[in-house]
Order: sequence, then structure tokens, then C-alpha cells
Amino acid sequence: MRVGIPQPLVGYTRADEVEAQGRTIDELLHDLDRQFPGIRFRMVDEQDRLRRHVRIFVNRERARGLAFPLGDSDEVQILQALSGG
Amino acid sequence: MAEAEPVREDAGYLDPGRHAEIHPRPGGALLVGTRKGGWFLRPDAERANWLTDGPVFLGNVVHHLVLDPRDGRTLLAAARAGHLGPTVFRSRDGGAHWEEARQPPAFPKARAGERARAVEQVFYLAPGAPGESGVWYAGTSPEGLFRSEDDGLHWESVDGWNLGPNVWDWSEDPDGPTTPDGSPLHSIQVDPRDPDHLYLATSGGGVFETTDRCGSWRPLNDGVEANFLPDPYPTYGQDTHCLELHPAAPDRLYQQSHCGIYRLDRPAERWLRIGEQMPRDVGDIGFPIGLHPRDPDTAWVFPMDGTDVWPRTSPGGRPAVYRTRDAGKRWERQDAGFPREQAWLTVKRQCMAVDARDPVGVYIGTTNGEVWAGADEGAHWSCIARHLPHVFSLEWAEFAP
Repeated sequence: MRVGIPQPLVGYTRADEVEAQGRTIDELLHDLDRQFPGIRFRMVDEQDRLRRHVRIFVNRERARGLAFPLGDSDEVQILQALSGG
Repeated sequence: MAEAEPVREDAGYLDPGRHAEIHPRPGGALLVGTRKGGWFLRPDAERANWLTDGPVFLGNVVHHLVLDPRDGRTLLAAARAGHLGPTVFRSRDGGAHWEEARQPPAFPKARAGERARAVEQVFYLAPGAPGESGVWYAGTSPEGLFRSEDDGLHWESVDGWNLGPNVWDWSEDPDGPTTPDGSPLHSIQVDPRDPDHLYLATSGGGVFETTDRCGSWRPLNDGVEANFLPDPYPTYGQDTHCLELHPAAPDRLYQQSHCGIYRLDRPAERWLRIGEQMPRDVGDIGFPIGLHPRDPDTAWVFPMDGTDVWPRTSPGGRPAVYRTRDAGKRWERQDAGFPREQAWLTVKRQCMAVDARDPVGVYIGTTNGEVWAGADEGAHWSCIARHLPHVFSLEWAEFAP
């Protein structure tokens, strides 16, 4: 499925949209990490919690939790909410 | 699934065009870590004129930027991009090219019922002992300790600290209120004679020592005040701002604490408050302490206002470094070149550096983005960089030819 990559993570993917697979958000992020090693840890901490300023949308709806299920035709958008000066 | 896949050699975050504007060259440099990236300040032979080289990792919080003194080429940077996870970058060529750690510092996964900690920021980087090629330590916020044995590419949890029996007593509660920038583990000091012997410090626990290569730790805080606790002289709970072991006399330790300046000569166990000899109207509160590389009796501090609500700025708006040349019996004010009034400088715990030249140069970095040099052992000061972001760390480096 198509996955939109936020600009601060394009340094890993060299593209703002990539293809990745997974039946859940968790599997999808592992697949991204397989393709672009290191990218998952910037989004998910070592306790498997999505980092505070990372948001994931599936078909334009916010997906909460790594167990959120995905279908082959879903469109996933990863966004980063920047705050502070 | 991911574990079975081979690691790509071009893994990690790389964008040299934007993230590495460094032009390596041999010789001395000040490595400046800031809230918005890293810079190298390169002096001429007299250390009178300085070039600003950089930035590297523009936009990243760079808490520490350190050259490996064992090879003069390998650099590590503790960084996190705004709100993404924390990581470590490595350069093998003096800063021209960088690669991300394959396995950044991370706490062990908590088991059911255990409290879970995640690294918020890699705060402190320390090369291992002189004979331990490739070994580095990292201190984090919350208070974690990690070791790499491959020059910073893979980091392992030091479980003797991170999972030790007293870790929750010696650390702030990560779920509760902590110090403003988190509660860091910092000042990792490796005994150059014995790689099994280390000290470290935390902002909520004080100083700790291991003699079995981090397998077990014990507090080393006797005589250090903690006036913010019911028992002002507890076994642990002190707020050490900066701990330094003297490289030429490794039995001598100095610390700048939340409650004064102290010295300890091992094997003694009780710290002596040498800050009592500072002028009363200046006090002995501050964050960094810098040591002369050859003379164990000489040290520098940068006092800040610890009265009232703790402004943590130069007392009276008149910045000065204070030097002792007799291990803390007397202190002398060094303010030539600093503004005489209305200069409210704040210098954080990793923002004083001392070079190894003759005469020794002393340097401070400020939260308002200035770097000051006292290239004649602090007798005269000049501003060698301004308009940088908030300075988080300053390290002297001698790059190999």
C-alpha cells in the first residue's frame, strides 16, 4: 500500500511516498524499518509506544494504536506534529 | 519479521547536503552542540581568530558532540530531530560524512507489570578508557546508561545500572515531574588506569561508582549537601551538575553541585566543600567545572545566581570565571574582557571546555548562543562566536593529521 512520509523522515526514504506492507500499523512500520533501517525508532519508542508528536492516518482518518488493522488498498499517511520554537 | 532481514549498509538518516556542512581539517577545534545543530569553531595558531564551520544536523537538538581522543578522527553526535526519537550519529572522517547508529540507545522492553522507560534524549557521550578502542558510553534522560563496543554503531543497555536494584531510588520518576529538560545521567568518567572503574552522576541521585565494569554501583555522596531534601546530607538524592575526574591524577574528583563546589581525593569517601572559599556575594552555585589537563590543583567554574528563585545567570549581571590554583583553598576572579554590567549569561553543565595547549585555553558556551575564549588560562576573555542557537555543550578536540 502507499504510505505518505513526512518531510523530517524523507532523509530515510528519499521519497515522500513509498510502498510498504502490513496487516496492522505495527507490521507496516516494521516493513518500513526493513526497507529503511532506523526509521521506526524515530516514530516508535522502545516500549512500542508511538512517539508523542507522530500521527498516523488511514484513509484520512486518524488511526490510534499500533494494532490498528490495515487492508491492501488503504492509504496511509504518517504526519509529524511540530510544536515549540 | 524485520529481525531476519540483513541490515542495509546504506541504512539510516543521511542527507549530507543539508546535514553536514563541515570541512574537516587537522588541528584543534571547539565542538559546539546546540538546540538547533552542531558547529565547529576552528582557531588559528595563536587561538586569537576563529572560523565558524558548519552547521551539522541543522534543526536537530545536539546535546553532545565529542571527538574520540584515541584516534583523533571518530566523532559521535547525540541528536534528536525535533520531535522524532533520539539517536546517535557517527563520523569517521572528522565530520564530512555521517551515519546513524544501527541500534541507538534504548531501554530494555519492560515486562508485564514493570514500569516502562524510553530514552527521551541521549545527553552525554564518553569515550572508554585509552586502551579500550571502540568502547563508548552514553548517558540519557531519563537516567539510562548504555555502552557501545563498535565506535557507536550499536548500543547495548548497561543493565547493571538500568535494571539495577536501586535504579528507581536513584532516578527521578519519569512519569512524575522532573527537571525542565528531563533528568539526565551525565558526567560519565572512566578511570584511565582501569576500564572496570567508572563514576557517573545524575541530577536526582548524585555521584555513583562502579569497580566491576558497571555490574554494580554504589552512591558516593558523603559530605555533599542536598538542601532541598528533608535530610540535607542523604546517602543519595543529591543534584550533581557536573563531575570531572582529573585525567593526570585520576584519584582526584571535582564536582559542581546544585549545592556548591566539592573536591574528593580517593580513597577518601567524604567530599570537601571547596566552594566555601568563594566570595559570599558570588556564591558557589553553577553548572560546569573545568580542569587543567596537567595541573590537578587548577580548576575553573562559572558562578551563577542561586539565590531567591534561582535566576541561574551571572551574579549581578557581571560575568566572571573563577579559578583556583590550589585545589580550592583560594579562588580568583577572571573577568577581563567580559561585559562589566547588564550581561546575564547562563552556562549549562556541558558548556565549559579546556584545551591541552600551553598556555591552556578555557571556553564557555552560553544559552544566548555565544562562545567565549580565555586562551591564556582565562586571564583575558573574548567572544569568538555569537548568534548561534542555545548552546548545550562545548568540547575541545584535536583532530589527527
